[in-house]
Amino acid sequence: MEKLKSSFKNMLLSLALISIVVAGLLALVYGMTKEPISQAEKQKQEKAIKDVTPDFNNNPTDEKFEIEISGGDKLTVFPAKKDGKLVGIAVETNTKKGFSGEIKIMVGFDIDGVIKNYSVLKHAETPGLGAKMQEWFSDTSKPTQNVVNRKWNSNMKVKKDGGEIDAITAATISSRAFMDALNRAYEVYLKVNESDLQTQESPE
Amino acid sequence: MSKKINILTNGILKENPVLVLLLGMCPTLGTTSSAINGFGMGIATTFVLICSNMVISMLKNFIPDKVRIPAFIVIIASFVTIVEMIMQAYMPPLYESLGLFIPLIVVNCIVLGRAEAFASKNSTFSSILDGIGMGAGFTLALTVLGSIREFLGTGKIFNFQIYPEDYGLLAFVLAPGAFIVLGFLIVIVNKLKTTKN
Repeated sequence: MEKLKSSFKNMLLSLALISIVVAGLLALVYGMTKEPISQAEKQKQEKAIKDVTPDFNNNPTDEKFEIEISGGDKLTVFPAKKDGKLVGIAVETNTKKGFSGEIKIMVGFDIDGVIKNYSVLKHAETPGLGAKMQEWFSDTSKPTQNVVNRKWNSNMKVKKDGGEIDAITAATISSRAFMDALNRAYEVYLKVNESDLQTQESPE
Repeated sequence: MSKKINILTNGILKENPVLVLLLGMCPTLGTTSSAINGFGMGIATTFVLICSNMVISMLKNFIPDKVRIPAFIVIIASFVTIVEMIMQAYMPPLYESLGLFIPLIVVNCIVLGRAEAFASKNSTFSSILDGIGMGAGFTLALTVLGSIREFLGTGKIFNFQIYPEDYGLLAFVLAPGAFIVLGFLIVIVNKLKTTKN
């Protein structure tokens, strides 16, 4: 076949045809991958919830609700229940105080306000520094930096801010952001706890 | 036949896209913080490169010269989007570490460069071979770069601990390390090439 001349008609025709074919192809692949993508995201969320909450046998993603915290942001809460009784909650918390971009963390509390575990869902912190937050704050062999299984108290801040948690070496900003996210999650826990106690006490 | 083999092997060392042509520096420096990331980025780019080379060489007579760049970009961008969606659906862990860089393949000079310099002038079969060769060279360079940075920075290669992480030089995982390692790699490749001639 001869190469097409660059006439207006030819250019229009070839670009339009290419675009139409490509659009059709993309629609096809989108339709094919839509289900697996949402499945993968749901699985990731469910795994994060499982990792951070005490043993449960309900379906927390079906019972999720939102709670507004100071500042007007809404955080999603996944209640973990065993045989209908609330045993803990997983809070999908976030902070914009990170070194680069938003940090999303799933934090789990048991009913007494003890942090069961946490799972960093999304972050863009520096590799090797701030990116270590998943391991750093859950190292149970180092009590000054570990937050897991710690009962919440007013000193849940990094040491530079007068708290009792060791910040990640050379990543104070990321550590502050991490603690900020935790504090926001705890605010949610308090609110859930309040309303939950009320509902439990009212029938008595 | 030997000409075809030449096309295939050209990209691996003699015209290595990263170390000799110096194309596609942005994903090269950005994604190679570990060996596995570099390898993944290389494979994804190779796939796009082969597909775009093939399609563009098939359509080369259908695309008028004056609109060839927009046509190439549309074709490349759609392949990148397909790779992104498939990766997100079936390889979520890889997508998590590379997700940010996948859209960058669109503007990767290698893909557009090969489309313009090779695929638009050669037969489909040669273009596929060129895509495979260039992709292999790109993957090789990124994997080597990633391995060296991971080894010096964290003491691991492909997540396999070789010496304790605490002794690693953190700078190599960060941006400056990427430039330094890349520079030394280019020196080594240049040295190899001149002694060969």
